Amino acid sequence: MSDDLDDLYQQVILDHCKSPRNFHTLDGANRKGEGYNPLCGDNYTVFLKMNGDVVEDASFQGSGCCISKASASLLTATVKGKTKAEVQALFAKVHDMMTTGTVSDEGVGKLAVFAGVHKFPARVKCAILSWHAVLAAVEGKDGPVSTENESD
Amino acid sequence: MITQDTIPTRPNKMTDWAKLRADFPILDQQVHGHPLIYFDNAASSQKPRAVIEALDRYYERDNANVHRGIHELSNRATTAFEAARERVAKFINAKTPEEIIFTRGTTEGINLVAQAWGTKNLRPGDTILLTEMEHHSNIVPWQLVAERTGAKLAYLPVTGDEGLLDLSKLDQLLTREVKLFAFTHISNSLGTVNPVAELCERARKLGVTTLVDAAQSAGHLALDVQKIGCDFLVFSSHKICGPTGIGVLWGRQEVLDAMPPYQGGGEMILTVDFFKTTYKKAPHRFEAGTPDISGAIGLHAALDYLDAIGRENIFKHDQELAAYAYEQLTQLKGIRLFGPKTGRAGLVSFLLDDVHAHDVVTVADQRGVALRGGHHCNQPLMKKLGIVSTARASFYFYNTRAEVDRFIEVVRGIQKFFGT
Ligand SMILES: Cc1ncc(COP(=O)(O)O)c(C=O)c1O
Repeated sequence: MSDDLDDLYQQVILDHCKSPRNFHTLDGANRKGEGYNPLCGDNYTVFLKMNGDVVEDASFQGSGCCISKASASLLTATVKGKTKAEVQALFAKVHDMMTTGTVSDEGVGKLAVFAGVHKFPARVKCAILSWHAVLAAVEGKDGPVSTENESD
Repeated sequence: MITQDTIPTRPNKMTDWAKLRADFPILDQQVHGHPLIYFDNAASSQKPRAVIEALDRYYERDNANVHRGIHELSNRATTAFEAARERVAKFINAKTPEEIIFTRGTTEGINLVAQAWGTKNLRPGDTILLTEMEHHSNIVPWQLVAERTGAKLAYLPVTGDEGLLDLSKLDQLLTREVKLFAFTHISNSLGTVNPVAELCERARKLGVTTLVDAAQSAGHLALDVQKIGCDFLVFSSHKICGPTGIGVLWGRQEVLDAMPPYQGGGEMILTVDFFKTTYKKAPHRFEAGTPDISGAIGLHAALDYLDAIGRENIFKHDQELAAYAYEQLTQLKGIRLFGPKTGRAGLVSFLLDDVHAHDVVTVADQRGVALRGGHHCNQPLMKKLGIVSTARASFYFYNTRAEVDRFIEVVRGIQKFFGT
Protein backbone atom coordinates (compact mmCIF):
# COMPACT_ATOMS: atom_id res chain seq x y z
CA MET A 1 0.00 0.00 0.00
CA SER A 2 1.27 3.44 -0.81
CA ASP A 3 1.67 6.06 1.89
CA ASP A 4 -1.31 8.17 0.86
CA LEU A 5 -3.60 5.16 1.09
CA ASP A 6 -2.26 4.31 4.53
CA ASP A 7 -3.01 7.91 5.52
CA LEU A 8 -6.57 7.58 4.26
CA TYR A 9 -7.33 4.14 5.61
CA GLN A 10 -5.55 4.29 8.93
CA GLN A 11 -5.92 1.26 11.20
CA VAL A 12 -8.35 3.14 13.43
CA ILE A 13 -10.52 3.91 10.42
CA LEU A 14 -10.44 0.33 9.13
CA ASP A 15 -11.33 -0.87 12.61
CA HIS A 16 -14.29 1.49 12.96
CA CYS A 17 -15.59 0.74 9.48
CA LYS A 18 -15.49 -3.01 10.09
CA SER A 19 -16.92 -2.78 13.61
CA PRO A 20 -18.76 0.52 13.89
CA ARG A 21 -19.54 1.72 17.43
CA ASN A 22 -22.97 3.00 18.49
CA PHE A 23 -24.40 1.56 15.29
CA HIS A 24 -28.07 1.32 16.21
CA THR A 25 -31.12 3.46 16.83
CA LEU A 26 -31.29 5.20 20.18
CA ASP A 27 -33.95 4.71 22.84
CA GLY A 28 -35.01 8.08 24.16
CA ALA A 29 -33.42 10.01 21.31
CA ASN A 30 -34.96 13.48 21.01
CA ARG A 31 -32.96 14.78 18.08
CA LYS A 32 -31.85 13.31 14.81
CA GLY A 33 -30.02 14.49 11.73
CA GLU A 34 -29.92 12.84 8.36
CA GLY A 35 -27.04 13.04 5.93
CA TYR A 36 -27.22 12.01 2.31
CA ASN A 37 -24.55 12.14 -0.35
CA PRO A 38 -26.27 11.93 -3.76
CA LEU A 39 -23.01 11.16 -5.53
CA CYS A 40 -22.36 7.83 -3.83
CA GLY A 41 -25.63 7.16 -2.07
CA ASP A 42 -24.09 7.31 1.41
CA ASN A 43 -26.96 7.73 3.81
CA TYR A 44 -26.79 8.11 7.58
CA THR A 45 -29.01 9.14 10.44
CA VAL A 46 -27.38 10.40 13.60
CA PHE A 47 -29.53 10.08 16.75
CA LEU A 48 -28.97 12.24 19.81
CA LYS A 49 -30.36 12.21 23.30
CA MET A 50 -30.00 15.75 24.51
CA ASN A 51 -30.50 17.04 27.98
CA GLY A 52 -30.83 20.78 27.58
CA ASP A 53 -27.73 21.76 25.65
CA VAL A 54 -25.77 18.63 26.46
CA VAL A 55 -25.50 15.52 24.30
CA GLU A 56 -26.11 12.64 26.69
CA ASP A 57 -25.98 9.85 24.15
CA ALA A 58 -25.44 9.43 20.42
CA SER A 59 -25.81 6.68 17.86
CA PHE A 60 -26.12 6.30 14.12
CA GLN A 61 -27.57 4.09 11.43
CA GLY A 62 -27.30 3.86 7.68
CA SER A 63 -24.93 2.70 5.01
CA GLY A 64 -22.04 3.94 2.98
CA CYS A 65 -18.35 3.57 2.35
CA CYS A 66 -15.61 2.76 4.82
CA ILE A 67 -14.63 6.39 5.34
CA SER A 68 -18.15 7.66 5.97
CA LYS A 69 -18.99 4.79 8.32
CA ALA A 70 -15.80 5.10 10.35
CA SER A 71 -16.33 8.85 10.56
CA ALA A 72 -19.87 8.45 11.88
CA SER A 73 -18.71 5.81 14.34
CA LEU A 74 -15.94 8.00 15.77
CA LEU A 75 -18.26 10.99 15.78
CA THR A 76 -20.85 9.31 17.98
CA ALA A 77 -18.16 8.33 20.45
CA THR A 78 -16.72 11.86 20.46
CA VAL A 79 -19.80 14.03 20.88
CA LYS A 80 -21.14 12.27 23.94
CA GLY A 81 -21.05 14.68 26.89
CA LYS A 82 -20.40 17.71 24.73
CA THR A 83 -22.56 20.83 24.65
CA LYS A 84 -24.17 22.20 21.53
CA ALA A 85 -21.56 24.96 21.36
CA GLU A 86 -18.75 22.42 21.74
CA VAL A 87 -20.15 20.27 18.93
CA GLN A 88 -20.41 23.33 16.70
CA ALA A 89 -16.82 24.31 17.46
CA LEU A 90 -15.65 20.76 16.85
CA PHE A 91 -17.46 20.67 13.52
CA ALA A 92 -15.49 23.73 12.40
CA LYS A 93 -12.18 22.15 13.46
CA VAL A 94 -12.96 18.81 11.86
CA HIS A 95 -14.10 20.48 8.66
CA ASP A 96 -10.92 22.52 8.51
CA MET A 97 -8.78 19.46 9.18
CA MET A 98 -10.46 17.30 6.56
CA THR A 99 -10.20 19.92 3.84
CA THR A 100 -6.70 21.23 4.58
CA GLY A 101 -4.97 18.37 6.40
CA THR A 102 -3.84 20.61 9.22
CA VAL A 103 -4.68 19.56 12.75
CA SER A 104 -5.21 22.92 14.38
CA ASP A 105 -4.95 21.86 18.04
CA GLU A 106 -5.40 18.98 20.42
CA GLY A 107 -9.17 19.47 20.45
CA VAL A 108 -9.84 16.95 17.70
CA GLY A 109 -8.21 14.08 19.61
CA LYS A 110 -8.68 10.71 17.95
CA LEU A 111 -10.39 12.38 15.00
CA ALA A 112 -6.94 13.41 13.77
CA VAL A 113 -6.92 10.12 11.82
CA PHE A 114 -9.14 11.87 9.26
CA ALA A 115 -6.54 14.47 8.36
CA GLY A 116 -5.41 12.19 5.51
CA VAL A 117 -8.66 12.56 3.57
CA HIS A 118 -7.71 16.02 2.35
CA LYS A 119 -5.45 14.32 -0.20
CA PHE A 120 -8.53 12.62 -1.65
CA PRO A 121 -10.83 15.48 -2.65
CA ALA A 122 -13.56 13.10 -3.81
CA ARG A 123 -13.66 11.50 -0.36
CA VAL A 124 -13.86 14.62 1.83
CA LYS A 125 -17.64 14.56 1.44
CA CYS A 126 -17.75 11.00 2.74
CA ALA A 127 -15.81 11.89 5.86
CA ILE A 128 -17.74 15.06 6.61
CA LEU A 129 -21.24 13.68 5.92
CA SER A 130 -22.18 12.57 9.44
CA TRP A 131 -20.75 15.79 10.83
CA HIS A 132 -23.28 17.75 8.82
CA ALA A 133 -25.95 15.43 10.17
CA VAL A 134 -24.90 15.90 13.80
CA LEU A 135 -24.68 19.66 13.36
CA ALA A 136 -28.24 19.70 12.03
CA ALA A 137 -29.30 17.53 14.96
CA VAL A 138 -27.81 19.68 17.72
CA GLU A 139 -29.14 22.80 16.04
CA GLY A 140 -32.57 21.17 15.84
CA LYS A 141 -32.89 21.54 12.08
CA ASP A 142 -35.39 19.30 10.37
CA GLY A 143 -34.98 17.40 7.16
CA PRO A 144 -32.03 15.67 5.56
CA VAL A 145 -28.82 17.53 4.92
CA SER A 146 -26.78 16.84 1.83
CA THR A 147 -23.12 17.28 1.08
CA GLU A 148 -24.03 18.53 -2.38
CA ASN A 149 -22.95 22.08 -1.59
CA GLU A 150 -19.80 20.98 0.16
CA SER A 151 -16.94 22.24 -1.95
CA ASP A 152 -14.36 19.59 -2.79
CA MET B 1 -7.76 13.55 -40.63
CA ILE B 2 -10.68 15.40 -42.15
CA THR B 3 -11.75 13.98 -45.45
CA GLN B 4 -15.03 14.42 -47.21
CA ASP B 5 -15.24 10.75 -48.03
CA THR B 6 -16.27 7.99 -45.75
CA ILE B 7 -13.58 5.51 -45.07
CA PRO B 8 -15.31 2.17 -45.48
CA THR B 9 -15.24 -0.21 -42.55
CA ARG B 10 -12.70 -2.96 -43.00
CA PRO B 11 -13.72 -5.79 -40.72
CA ASN B 12 -11.24 -8.36 -41.93
CA LYS B 13 -8.06 -6.38 -41.79
CA MET B 14 -5.56 -7.48 -39.14
CA THR B 15 -5.63 -4.76 -36.54
CA ASP B 16 -2.46 -3.59 -34.85
CA TRP B 17 -3.96 -2.62 -31.49
CA ALA B 18 -0.64 -1.56 -29.96
CA LYS B 19 -0.09 0.87 -32.81
CA LEU B 20 -3.57 2.33 -32.31
CA ARG B 21 -2.94 2.73 -28.60
CA ALA B 22 0.11 4.84 -29.42
CA ASP B 23 -2.25 7.32 -31.12
CA PHE B 24 -3.53 8.32 -27.67
CA PRO B 25 -0.95 10.57 -26.02
CA ILE B 26 -2.83 10.69 -22.70
CA LEU B 27 -2.48 6.95 -22.10
CA ASP B 28 1.27 7.21 -21.83
CA GLN B 29 1.55 8.48 -18.27
CA GLN B 30 2.00 7.42 -14.66
CA VAL B 31 -0.73 7.98 -12.11
CA HIS B 32 0.25 7.79 -8.42
CA GLY B 33 3.49 6.17 -9.52
CA HIS B 34 1.87 3.45 -11.65
CA PRO B 35 1.24 3.24 -15.40
CA LEU B 36 -2.25 4.59 -16.08
CA ILE B 37 -4.88 1.96 -16.85
CA TYR B 38 -7.88 3.85 -18.13
CA PHE B 39 -10.99 1.71 -17.54
CA ASP B 40 -13.59 4.48 -17.42
CA ASN B 41 -14.44 4.56 -21.09
CA ALA B 42 -18.19 4.26 -20.58
CA ALA B 43 -18.03 7.65 -18.87
CA SER B 44 -15.82 9.24 -21.52
CA SER B 45 -13.26 7.93 -23.99
CA GLN B 46 -9.81 9.31 -24.64
CA LYS B 47 -8.96 11.16 -27.89
CA PRO B 48 -6.51 10.15 -30.59
CA ARG B 49 -3.96 12.60 -31.96
CA ALA B 50 -5.99 12.82 -35.21
CA VAL B 51 -8.87 14.43 -33.31
CA ILE B 52 -6.69 16.75 -31.24
CA GLU B 53 -4.90 17.89 -34.41
CA ALA B 54 -8.15 18.46 -36.30
CA LEU B 55 -9.21 20.88 -33.54
CA ASP B 56 -5.84 22.64 -33.65
CA ARG B 57 -5.95 22.94 -37.43
CA TYR B 58 -9.42 24.40 -37.39
CA TYR B 59 -8.51 27.08 -34.84
CA GLU B 60 -5.19 27.85 -36.48
CA ARG B 61 -6.52 28.18 -40.01
CA ASP B 62 -10.29 28.20 -40.55
CA ASN B 63 -12.11 29.53 -37.48
CA ALA B 64 -15.16 31.79 -38.13
CA ASN B 65 -18.90 31.66 -37.58
CA VAL B 66 -20.98 29.42 -39.82
CA HIS B 67 -23.86 30.22 -42.18
CA ARG B 68 -23.41 33.94 -41.57
CA GLY B 69 -20.37 35.37 -43.23
CA ILE B 70 -19.73 35.47 -46.91
CA HIS B 71 -16.02 35.79 -46.40
CA GLU B 72 -13.49 33.05 -46.99
CA LEU B 73 -13.04 31.83 -43.42
CA SER B 74 -16.76 31.67 -42.79
CA ASN B 75 -17.14 29.68 -45.99
CA ARG B 76 -14.46 27.26 -44.87
CA ALA B 77 -15.98 26.85 -41.42
CA THR B 78 -19.45 26.34 -42.92
CA THR B 79 -18.16 23.77 -45.40
CA ALA B 80 -16.33 21.85 -42.68
CA PHE B 81 -19.33 21.99 -40.33
CA GLU B 82 -21.72 20.69 -42.98
CA ALA B 83 -19.16 18.07 -44.08
CA ALA B 84 -19.22 16.81 -40.49
CA ARG B 85 -22.99 16.47 -40.73
CA GLU B 86 -22.62 14.41 -43.91
CA ARG B 87 -20.00 12.27 -42.21
CA VAL B 88 -22.31 11.56 -39.28
CA ALA B 89 -25.11 10.65 -41.70
CA LYS B 90 -22.85 8.05 -43.30
CA PHE B 91 -21.69 6.79 -39.91
CA ILE B 92 -25.22 5.72 -38.96
CA ASN B 93 -26.55 5.24 -42.50
CA ALA B 94 -29.10 8.07 -42.33
CA LYS B 95 -30.93 8.70 -45.58
CA THR B 96 -29.87 12.34 -45.73
CA PRO B 97 -27.63 14.74 -43.76
CA GLU B 98 -30.78 16.80 -43.07
CA GLU B 99 -31.72 14.12 -40.57
CA ILE B 100 -28.66 14.92 -38.45
CA ILE B 101 -29.07 17.51 -35.71
CA PHE B 102 -26.05 18.57 -33.71
CA THR B 103 -26.71 18.79 -29.97
CA ARG B 104 -24.58 19.12 -26.86
CA GLY B 105 -24.79 15.37 -26.37
CA THR B 106 -27.10 12.46 -25.67
CA THR B 107 -28.79 14.30 -22.83
CA GLU B 108 -29.67 17.32 -24.92
CA GLY B 109 -30.85 15.10 -27.77
CA ILE B 110 -33.35 13.37 -25.50
CA ASN B 111 -34.49 16.66 -23.97
CA LEU B 112 -34.98 18.07 -27.45
CA VAL B 113 -37.24 15.18 -28.45
CA ALA B 114 -39.09 15.25 -25.12
CA GLN B 115 -39.74 18.99 -25.40
CA ALA B 116 -40.35 19.44 -29.11
CA TRP B 117 -41.92 16.12 -30.06
CA GLY B 118 -43.40 15.29 -26.65
CA THR B 119 -45.15 18.58 -26.04
CA LYS B 120 -46.80 18.39 -29.42
CA ASN B 121 -47.74 14.70 -29.43
CA LEU B 122 -48.45 13.67 -25.83
CA ARG B 123 -51.90 13.96 -24.26
CA PRO B 124 -53.33 13.09 -20.83
CA GLY B 125 -53.67 9.31 -20.61
CA ASP B 126 -50.88 8.60 -23.10
CA THR B 127 -48.04 6.40 -21.95
CA ILE B 128 -44.30 6.88 -22.34
CA LEU B 129 -42.67 3.46 -22.09
CA LEU B 130 -39.08 3.26 -20.84
CA THR B 131 -37.02 0.43 -19.39
CA GLU B 132 -35.69 -0.05 -15.88
CA MET B 133 -32.11 0.13 -17.13
CA GLU B 134 -32.28 3.68 -18.50
CA HIS B 135 -29.73 6.33 -17.65
CA HIS B 136 -31.18 9.31 -15.77
CA SER B 137 -30.94 11.26 -19.00
CA ASN B 138 -33.51 8.91 -20.55
CA ILE B 139 -35.84 9.15 -17.54
CA VAL B 140 -35.87 12.70 -16.21
CA PRO B 141 -36.67 14.52 -19.50
CA TRP B 142 -39.70 12.22 -19.87
CA GLN B 143 -40.81 12.88 -16.32
CA LEU B 144 -40.68 16.60 -17.04
CA VAL B 145 -42.76 16.31 -20.20
CA ALA B 146 -45.15 13.86 -18.51
CA GLU B 147 -45.82 16.44 -15.82
CA ARG B 148 -46.58 19.06 -18.41
CA THR B 149 -48.74 16.94 -20.71
CA GLY B 150 -50.46 14.57 -18.29
CA ALA B 151 -48.86 11.51 -19.90
CA LYS B 152 -47.88 8.56 -17.70
CA LEU B 153 -44.62 6.66 -17.45
CA ALA B 154 -44.27 2.87 -17.58
CA TYR B 155 -41.15 0.72 -17.36
CA LEU B 156 -40.19 -2.55 -18.99
CA PRO B 157 -38.61 -4.55 -16.15
CA VAL B 158 -35.06 -5.85 -15.89
CA THR B 159 -34.66 -9.49 -14.84
CA GLY B 160 -32.36 -8.89 -11.84
CA ASP B 161 -28.59 -9.10 -11.48
CA GLU B 162 -28.27 -10.65 -14.92
CA GLY B 163 -29.64 -7.42 -16.30
CA LEU B 164 -31.71 -8.49 -19.28
CA LEU B 165 -34.90 -6.81 -20.39
CA ASP B 166 -37.87 -8.99 -19.45
CA LEU B 167 -39.31 -9.30 -22.94
CA SER B 168 -42.09 -11.58 -21.67
CA LYS B 169 -43.68 -8.42 -20.23
CA LEU B 170 -43.49 -6.51 -23.48
CA ASP B 171 -46.92 -7.47 -24.85
CA GLN B 172 -48.54 -6.40 -21.63
CA LEU B 173 -46.73 -3.05 -21.55
CA LEU B 174 -46.44 -2.09 -25.19
CA THR B 175 -50.08 -1.20 -25.75
CA ARG B 176 -51.94 1.24 -27.93
CA GLU B 177 -51.81 3.83 -25.14
CA VAL B 178 -48.05 3.98 -25.59
CA LYS B 179 -47.05 6.94 -27.74
CA LEU B 180 -43.34 6.71 -27.28
CA PHE B 181 -40.95 3.88 -26.40
CA ALA B 182 -37.42 4.97 -25.46
CA PHE B 183 -34.65 2.53 -24.53
CA THR B 184 -30.94 2.19 -24.40
CA HIS B 185 -29.00 0.14 -26.92
CA ILE B 186 -26.31 -0.86 -24.42
CA SER B 187 -26.70 -0.47 -20.66
CA ASN B 188 -23.94 1.68 -19.15
CA SER B 189 -24.05 -0.14 -15.82
CA LEU B 190 -24.87 -3.72 -16.82
CA GLY B 191 -23.28 -4.10 -20.25
CA THR B 192 -26.48 -5.58 -21.66
CA VAL B 193 -26.91 -5.29 -25.43
CA ASN B 194 -30.61 -4.88 -26.13
CA PRO B 195 -32.36 -6.25 -29.23
CA VAL B 196 -33.12 -2.78 -30.55
CA ALA B 197 -34.31 -3.78 -34.03
CA GLU B 198 -36.80 -6.23 -32.53
CA LEU B 199 -38.08 -3.67 -30.03
CA CYS B 200 -38.51 -1.09 -32.79
CA GLU B 201 -40.37 -3.55 -34.97
CA ARG B 202 -42.77 -4.45 -32.17
CA ALA B 203 -43.38 -0.74 -31.54
CA ARG B 204 -43.80 0.12 -35.21
CA LYS B 205 -46.61 -2.41 -35.58
CA LEU B 206 -48.60 -0.41 -33.03
CA GLY B 207 -47.59 2.96 -34.48
CA VAL B 208 -45.45 3.75 -31.44
CA THR B 209 -42.62 6.27 -31.94
CA THR B 210 -39.21 4.98 -30.81
CA LEU B 211 -36.04 6.56 -29.47
CA VAL B 212 -32.79 4.63 -29.12
CA ASP B 213 -30.15 5.87 -26.66
CA ALA B 214 -26.95 4.90 -28.49
CA ALA B 215 -24.59 6.66 -26.03
CA GLN B 216 -22.84 3.38 -25.21
CA SER B 217 -23.06 1.77 -28.62
CA ALA B 218 -22.29 4.44 -31.21
CA GLY B 219 -18.50 4.15 -31.21
CA HIS B 220 -18.47 0.48 -30.31
CA LEU B 221 -20.51 -1.31 -32.95
CA ALA B 222 -21.80 -0.63 -36.45
CA LEU B 223 -25.02 1.38 -36.35
CA ASP B 224 -27.56 1.54 -39.14
CA VAL B 225 -30.63 3.59 -38.26
CA GLN B 226 -32.54 2.20 -41.24
CA LYS B 227 -31.91 -1.38 -40.16
CA ILE B 228 -32.69 -0.62 -36.53
CA GLY B 229 -35.95 0.97 -37.66
CA CYS B 230 -36.22 3.60 -34.91
CA ASP B 231 -37.58 7.15 -35.24
CA PHE B 232 -34.92 8.88 -33.13
CA LEU B 233 -31.40 7.92 -32.15
CA VAL B 234 -29.04 9.90 -29.93
CA PHE B 235 -25.39 9.74 -28.97
CA SER B 236 -22.48 11.79 -27.60
CA SER B 237 -19.19 12.59 -29.29
CA HIS B 238 -17.06 12.44 -26.14
CA LYS B 239 -17.68 8.73 -25.59
CA ILE B 240 -16.47 7.80 -29.06
CA CYS B 241 -13.09 9.51 -29.34
CA GLY B 242 -14.54 12.91 -30.23
CA PRO B 243 -14.51 16.19 -28.28
CA THR B 244 -16.85 17.01 -25.39
CA GLY B 245 -19.73 19.40 -25.91
CA ILE B 246 -21.23 17.91 -29.03
CA GLY B 247 -23.56 15.07 -29.83
CA VAL B 248 -26.02 13.89 -32.40
CA LEU B 249 -29.75 13.53 -32.64
CA TRP B 250 -30.88 11.61 -35.66
CA GLY B 251 -34.58 11.75 -36.51
CA ARG B 252 -36.52 10.35 -39.44
CA GLN B 253 -37.15 13.18 -41.88
CA GLU B 254 -40.98 13.01 -41.70
CA VAL B 255 -40.89 13.03 -37.92
CA LEU B 256 -38.48 15.97 -37.77
CA ASP B 257 -40.44 17.97 -40.33
CA ALA B 258 -43.57 17.69 -38.19
CA MET B 259 -41.79 18.83 -35.03
CA PRO B 260 -41.94 22.38 -33.63
CA PRO B 261 -38.67 24.13 -32.74
CA TYR B 262 -36.85 23.41 -29.50
CA GLN B 263 -34.99 26.63 -28.74
CA GLY B 264 -35.34 29.94 -30.53
CA GLY B 265 -32.56 32.18 -31.79
CA GLY B 266 -30.26 32.79 -34.70
CA GLU B 267 -29.54 30.14 -37.35
CA MET B 268 -32.97 28.50 -37.02
CA ILE B 269 -35.12 31.20 -38.62
CA LEU B 270 -36.22 32.11 -42.13
CA THR B 271 -37.80 35.47 -41.34
CA VAL B 272 -38.30 37.25 -38.06
CA ASP B 273 -40.93 39.89 -37.54
CA PHE B 274 -41.51 41.58 -34.17
CA PHE B 275 -44.47 39.29 -33.55
CA LYS B 276 -44.04 36.32 -35.87
CA THR B 277 -41.20 34.12 -37.01
CA THR B 278 -40.95 31.47 -39.68
CA TYR B 279 -38.51 28.65 -39.16
CA LYS B 280 -36.04 26.79 -41.27
CA LYS B 281 -36.55 23.12 -41.92
CA ALA B 282 -34.65 20.39 -40.10
CA PRO B 283 -31.85 20.22 -39.16
CA HIS B 284 -31.30 23.97 -38.79
CA ARG B 285 -34.68 24.53 -37.18
CA PHE B 286 -33.31 22.65 -34.16
CA GLU B 287 -29.92 24.32 -34.03
CA ALA B 288 -30.50 27.76 -32.57
CA GLY B 289 -27.43 29.91 -32.03
CA THR B 290 -23.80 29.42 -32.96
CA PRO B 291 -23.17 25.69 -32.89
CA ASP B 292 -20.12 23.83 -31.60
CA ILE B 293 -18.25 24.13 -34.89
CA SER B 294 -14.92 22.81 -33.70
CA GLY B 295 -16.73 20.00 -31.92
CA ALA B 296 -18.38 18.89 -35.15
CA ILE B 297 -15.01 18.99 -36.92
CA GLY B 298 -13.39 16.99 -34.15
CA LEU B 299 -16.25 14.49 -34.25
CA HIS B 300 -15.74 14.13 -38.00
CA ALA B 301 -12.10 13.22 -37.38
CA ALA B 302 -13.16 10.74 -34.68
CA LEU B 303 -15.61 8.97 -36.98
CA ASP B 304 -12.95 8.68 -39.69
CA TYR B 305 -10.59 7.27 -37.11
CA LEU B 306 -13.10 4.70 -35.80
CA ASP B 307 -14.14 3.54 -39.24
CA ALA B 308 -10.52 3.13 -40.31
CA ILE B 309 -10.30 0.53 -37.53
CA GLY B 310 -13.73 -0.88 -38.26
CA ARG B 311 -16.46 -0.90 -35.64
CA GLU B 312 -16.89 -4.66 -36.02
CA ASN B 313 -13.27 -5.04 -34.96
CA ILE B 314 -13.74 -2.65 -32.08
CA PHE B 315 -16.79 -4.47 -30.77
CA LYS B 316 -15.07 -7.83 -30.99
CA HIS B 317 -12.08 -6.47 -29.12
CA ASP B 318 -14.23 -4.82 -26.39
CA GLN B 319 -16.30 -7.96 -25.96
CA GLU B 320 -13.25 -10.20 -25.68
CA LEU B 321 -11.75 -8.01 -22.98
CA ALA B 322 -15.04 -7.83 -21.08
CA ALA B 323 -15.57 -11.60 -21.30
CA TYR B 324 -12.01 -12.17 -20.09
CA ALA B 325 -12.41 -9.71 -17.19
CA TYR B 326 -15.77 -11.21 -16.23
CA GLU B 327 -14.33 -14.72 -16.29
CA GLN B 328 -11.41 -13.65 -14.08
CA LEU B 329 -13.69 -11.85 -11.63
CA THR B 330 -15.95 -14.90 -11.24
CA GLN B 331 -12.89 -16.75 -9.87
CA LEU B 332 -12.78 -14.40 -6.88
CA LYS B 333 -14.60 -15.17 -3.65
CA GLY B 334 -16.99 -12.64 -2.17
CA ILE B 335 -17.92 -10.87 -5.36
CA ARG B 336 -21.28 -10.05 -6.89
CA LEU B 337 -21.33 -9.50 -10.65
CA PHE B 338 -23.94 -7.66 -12.66
CA GLY B 339 -25.04 -7.96 -16.25
CA PRO B 340 -25.42 -10.83 -18.70
CA LYS B 341 -23.19 -13.90 -18.41
CA THR B 342 -22.66 -14.02 -22.16
CA GLY B 343 -22.79 -11.53 -25.01
CA ARG B 344 -21.97 -8.54 -22.84
CA ALA B 345 -20.64 -5.28 -24.22
CA GLY B 346 -17.24 -3.94 -23.15
CA LEU B 347 -17.76 -3.43 -19.44
CA VAL B 348 -18.01 -5.27 -16.13
CA SER B 349 -19.88 -4.10 -13.05
CA PHE B 350 -19.29 -5.67 -9.66
CA LEU B 351 -19.46 -5.37 -5.90
CA LEU B 352 -17.09 -6.88 -3.37
CA ASP B 353 -18.63 -8.23 -0.16
CA ASP B 354 -18.25 -5.68 2.64
CA VAL B 355 -16.26 -3.22 0.54
CA HIS B 356 -18.09 -0.17 -0.74
CA ALA B 357 -17.61 0.66 -4.43
CA HIS B 358 -16.05 4.01 -3.57
CA ASP B 359 -13.40 2.36 -1.46
CA VAL B 360 -12.66 0.00 -4.36
CA VAL B 361 -12.29 2.93 -6.73
CA THR B 362 -10.10 4.96 -4.37
CA VAL B 363 -7.66 2.11 -3.81
CA ALA B 364 -7.63 1.17 -7.52
CA ASP B 365 -6.88 4.79 -8.39
CA GLN B 366 -3.85 4.73 -6.12
CA ARG B 367 -2.67 1.75 -8.19
CA GLY B 368 -3.12 3.71 -11.43
CA VAL B 369 -6.40 2.01 -12.40
CA ALA B 370 -9.21 4.42 -13.28
CA LEU B 371 -12.59 2.83 -12.47
CA ARG B 372 -15.97 4.30 -11.83
CA GLY B 373 -17.89 3.68 -8.64
CA GLY B 374 -21.39 4.87 -7.93
CA HIS B 375 -24.90 4.60 -9.20
CA HIS B 376 -23.80 5.36 -12.80
CA CYS B 377 -26.84 7.63 -13.22
CA ASN B 378 -28.99 4.51 -12.81
CA GLN B 379 -30.47 5.11 -9.35
CA PRO B 380 -33.85 3.47 -10.03
CA LEU B 381 -32.11 0.35 -11.36
CA MET B 382 -29.75 0.25 -8.36
CA LYS B 383 -32.74 0.52 -6.01
CA LYS B 384 -34.42 -2.35 -7.81
CA LEU B 385 -31.30 -4.50 -7.42
CA GLY B 386 -31.18 -3.54 -3.74
CA ILE B 387 -27.82 -1.78 -3.97
CA VAL B 388 -26.66 1.83 -4.04
CA SER B 389 -23.66 1.52 -6.26
CA THR B 390 -21.31 -0.75 -8.16
CA ALA B 391 -17.70 -0.55 -9.26
CA ARG B 392 -17.32 -0.60 -13.03
CA ALA B 393 -14.47 -1.24 -15.43
CA SER B 394 -15.29 -0.23 -19.00
CA PHE B 395 -13.05 -0.91 -21.97
CA TYR B 396 -12.19 0.48 -25.36
CA PHE B 397 -10.02 -0.72 -28.19
CA TYR B 398 -6.82 0.75 -26.74
CA ASN B 399 -7.10 -1.39 -23.60
CA THR B 400 -5.21 -4.65 -23.34
CA ARG B 401 -5.41 -8.08 -21.72
CA ALA B 402 -2.32 -7.23 -19.70
CA GLU B 403 -4.24 -4.27 -18.25
CA VAL B 404 -7.09 -6.59 -17.31
CA ASP B 405 -4.60 -8.91 -15.58
CA ARG B 406 -3.24 -5.98 -13.61
CA PHE B 407 -6.78 -4.86 -12.74
CA ILE B 408 -7.62 -8.32 -11.39
CA GLU B 409 -4.42 -8.28 -9.31
CA VAL B 410 -5.46 -4.88 -7.92
CA VAL B 411 -8.95 -6.18 -7.05
CA ARG B 412 -7.39 -9.12 -5.19
CA GLY B 413 -5.20 -6.63 -3.33
CA ILE B 414 -8.26 -4.61 -2.36
CA GLN B 415 -9.95 -7.70 -0.91
CA LYS B 416 -6.85 -8.37 1.13
CA PHE B 417 -6.52 -4.76 2.25
CA PHE B 418 -10.06 -4.66 3.61
CA GLY B 419 -9.63 -8.13 5.05
CA THR B 420 -12.57 -9.77 3.33
C1 LIG C 1 -26.65 5.01 -21.69
C2 LIG C 1 -26.33 6.46 -21.52
N1 LIG C 1 -27.24 7.38 -21.87
C3 LIG C 1 -26.99 8.69 -21.76
C4 LIG C 1 -25.80 9.17 -21.28
C5 LIG C 1 -25.61 10.65 -21.16
O1 LIG C 1 -24.65 11.11 -22.03
P1 LIG C 1 -24.14 12.62 -21.98
O2 LIG C 1 -23.79 12.89 -20.56
O3 LIG C 1 -22.96 12.63 -22.88
O4 LIG C 1 -25.25 13.48 -22.46
C6 LIG C 1 -24.82 8.25 -20.91
C7 LIG C 1 -23.50 8.68 -20.42
O5 LIG C 1 -23.22 8.90 -19.28
C8 LIG C 1 -25.10 6.87 -21.03
O6 LIG C 1 -24.20 5.96 -20.67
